[in-house]
Amino acid sequence: MSFGQSIIFNEIQGVSHQMKILVPIKRVIDANIKVRVKSDQSGVELNNVKMAMNPFCEIAVEAALRLREAGEAEEVIVVCAGPANGKETLRTALAMGADRAIHIESEDSPEPLAVAKLLKAVVEREKPGLVILGKQAIDGDNNQTGQMLSALLNWSLGTFISRLSVEDGAFHVTREVDGGLENLKLSGPAVVTVDLRLNEPRYASLPNIMKAKKKPMEELTAAALDVDITPRLTVLKVEAPASRSAGVRVHDAAELVDKLKNEAKVI
Amino acid sequence: MDLELSDEQRLLADSLKAFVDSELMPFEAVTDRAGEVSPELGRQIVDKALALGFYAANLPESVGGGGLDNASLAIMERELGKVTHALHGYVWRPTELLLACEGDQIERYLTPCIRGEKTECFAVTEPGAGSDILSMSTRATQKGGDWIVNGSKHFISSHVLPDFAIVFAVTGEDETDRGPRKRITAFLVDRGQQGFDIQRGPRSVSQRAYPTYVLSFNDCRLGAGQVLGCEGQGLELADKWIKMGRVWVGANCCGRAERLLELSVDWAATRKQFGQSIGRFQGTSFKLADMVTELQAADLLVMHAARKADAGTMVPADAAMAKLYASEMLQRVADNAVQIFGGMGLMEEMPIERLWRDSRLDRIWEGTSEIQRHIISRHVLRQRDG
Ligand SMILES: Cc1cc2nc3c(=O)[nH]c(=O)nc-3n(C[C@H](O)[C@H](O)[C@H](O)COP(=O)(O)OP(=O)(O)OC[C@H]3O[C@@H](n4cnc5c(N)ncnc54)[C@H](O)[C@@H]3O)c2cc1C
Ligand SMILES: Cc1cc2nc3c(=O)[nH]c(=O)nc-3n(C[C@H](O)[C@H](O)[C@H](O)COP(=O)(O)OP(=O)(O)OC[C@H]3O[C@@H](n4cnc5c(N)ncnc54)[C@H](O)[C@@H]3O)c2cc1C
Repeated sequence: MSFGQSIIFNEIQGVSHQMKILVPIKRVIDANIKVRVKSDQSGVELNNVKMAMNPFCEIAVEAALRLREAGEAEEVIVVCAGPANGKETLRTALAMGADRAIHIESEDSPEPLAVAKLLKAVVEREKPGLVILGKQAIDGDNNQTGQMLSALLNWSLGTFISRLSVEDGAFHVTREVDGGLENLKLSGPAVVTVDLRLNEPRYASLPNIMKAKKKPMEELTAAALDVDITPRLTVLKVEAPASRSAGVRVHDAAELVDKLKNEAKVI
Repeated sequence: MDLELSDEQRLLADSLKAFVDSELMPFEAVTDRAGEVSPELGRQIVDKALALGFYAANLPESVGGGGLDNASLAIMERELGKVTHALHGYVWRPTELLLACEGDQIERYLTPCIRGEKTECFAVTEPGAGSDILSMSTRATQKGGDWIVNGSKHFISSHVLPDFAIVFAVTGEDETDRGPRKRITAFLVDRGQQGFDIQRGPRSVSQRAYPTYVLSFNDCRLGAGQVLGCEGQGLELADKWIKMGRVWVGANCCGRAERLLELSVDWAATRKQFGQSIGRFQGTSFKLADMVTELQAADLLVMHAARKADAGTMVPADAAMAKLYASEMLQRVADNAVQIFGGMGLMEEMPIERLWRDSRLDRIWEGTSEIQRHIISRHVLRQRDG
C-alpha cells in the first residue's frame, strides 16, 4: 500500500495505527468458587464471594495489549458496566497494561442488550477501530453482547476467535466453529469476541501495578449516555441444578436396548 | 483472608498468585523428588521474575529494586511461601544487607544481585554456633592491609550455588560493662577466592530441594575493600537490615497454611465415610475451625508487624511474635491436614506430606521458637526489671 492510499484508507475506514481498541470487561464470581443459590431463589450469592475478571475478558485485554505493543494500535480503553466494585476489575485491567478505564455504574449488572447499547454509546464517544470482547461471561454464559453490539453498530463481526492479526488494513481472524476453523478477513471497524485459545493473559507486572492507580478512570452513568437499561427480563426463580442420582448398571446390550425402548422410551 | 489490602496490594497478591500457580506450583512435586531444581527451570523463573519486576522487589527503587513497602512485601512473601523455597528462591529478594555496599562494592555485589546476575548467601551459623551467634569461632586477622579468614560455616542456604558469601567473622574483642564482647565483622567473599571452599551440605528432609552449603576458610586472604560496612559493626549491620526476616518467615507460613487449609476443606467436603462427607463429623469440622481461626490470627500478627515496620515503630518482639506464632500455627495446621486426609495425607501422591515436612524448618531457622520466646519474654520482663 502506498503512502497516499494509506491516508485515504485511514480517513474512510479501516485499520489505523492511531486506532483505539475498546475492551469491555465483566466482573464475575471467581472461576474456582462453587456458586451457591441464594435462599430466596432470587439469584446466586454474591456477598463475601471472591470475584474476578471474566476469564474470556482477560484474554480480550491481552489481545488488545498485544496489538498495541505490535504498533497496530495506540490506546487500549477498558470499560465495565455494573456495580461500583467493577472499578476493582478495571484496575486489574489497568495493571495488566490498559491505558485508561471507563466505569458505567448501575445498581445491578445490566442485561446483554443493555450492555450492548451502553457500549454503542461509548463507541460513538471514543471512536475505536476495534472492540474486543470475551465470547461470553462465565456467570450467565449468555454469549450475546458482542453480537448485539455489532448489529447495533452495523460493524463487521468475528466471534469465537482463536487468532487475530492486522494485515493490509484488515483484521484477519480464525474462528472456532462447530465444523473446525474458519478464516475471515474483516474490514474495520470491527467487533470480535475471543475464545480460550487466542492467547494466555499476562501477569500484571510490579511496575504496571504501581502505575494502575494513576491511570484515568472515567465515571459515567447510563443516564449520561442516554441509554435505557431497564431490565426486559424478569427472573422468576434461580435453582441449583438437580443433583443427579447414580445410574444403573445393565448386564448386556439387550437389557440396555430394552430399557431405552420401554423405560426411557427414546428409541 | 481479609487483610484490608490497598488496591496495589490486592493486585500484587492476585498477580503473584497467578504466577505461583502457573510458573512454580507445577514443578513442586518433581523438584522435591529430584532434590534439586534444574538450571534451565531456575533460569526461566529468574527471567520471568525479572521481566515482571518481582525480582528484588524488596530493595529500594533508587538502587533498581521494586521499592515495595513492608506491608506489600508481607503480601508477596505470603504468596511465594505457598510453594517450596527451592522454587520461590528464584524470585529472589536479595538480602537488604547489601544496601551497606559502598564504593565499587555497589557495582560488584549490589547491582548484579538486583539484576539477577549474581546470588549471595548469608553466612552466620557454624557447627559450634547456632542460636548462640556470639560463640562463633570463624576469625579474621589483619595482616598488612589485608584480612586472613579461618574457620567454617554450615547450614548456609541458597536456592542456587552462591556467587559470593556475606561472611560474619570475629575480628577482635571489646570490653563492655557486662564483660568482654566479640567484635564481629561482615566480609564479602567471592566463590573461587583462594582459601575459600563451598560444598553442598547434608540434605534436609524439610524443604528437601533447598540446598544448604558448608563454607570453609583456610587462610583466605581478603583485601580491605571486602569489609561490608565497618569493622566490628557486623551484628549491628545485620540487626539493621535483616530484622524483617522473621516477619517474612511468618508470612511464608501463613501462605502455606492457607494452601493446606484449602486442600483440607476440599477433602473434608468431598471425602465420604459412613455415608457422608467427613466434614460433617465434628472431629473433622472443628479441626477446620481451629485451622482457619489460627491462620487469621497469624496473618494479623504478621501484617501488624509489617505495618509497624512501615510506620517505624516495630520492636524486635513484634517480629518475634509474628514468626513464633505463625510457624507454630503452620505446624498445627499441617498436622491437622494430615489427619483430615487420613492415610492419603502421608502419601507422596498428595502435596500434604511435603507441606507437613517443609513446615518443620520454620520453627528452627531465623531463630528457633525458643529464641523467639526468649526475645518476647525479655521484652515484657524488661518493663518490670529495667
Ligand atoms: C535449612 C536451613 C537453612 C539455613 N540457612 C541459614 C543461612 O542461610 N545462614 C545462616 O547463617 N544460618 C542458616 N541456618 C541456620 C539456622 O539459623 C540455625 O539452624 C538456627 O539458628 C538454630 O541453630 P542450630 O541449628 O545450631 O541449633 P541450636 O542453636 O544448637 O539449638 C538446638 C536447640 O537448643 C535450643 N536452644 C539454644 N539456645 C537456647 C536458649 N538460650 N534457650 C532455650 N533454648 C535454646 C534451641 O531452641 C533448639 O531447640 C539454616 C538452617 C537450616 C536448617
Ligand atoms: C502406611 C499405612 C499402612 C496401612 N496398612 C494397612 C493394612 O495393612 N491393611 C489395611 O486394611 N489397611 C491399612 N491401612 C489403612 C488404614 O487403616 C487407614 O488409612 C485408616 O483406617 C484411615 O482410613 P483412611 O486413610 O481412608 O481415612 P478416612 O477414613 O477417610 O479418614 C479421614 C479423616 O476423617 C475422619 N473420620 C472418618 N470418619 C469419621 C467419623 N465417623 N467421625 C469423625 N471423624 C471421622 C478420620 O478420623 C480422618 O481424620 C494402612 C494405612 C497406611 C497409611
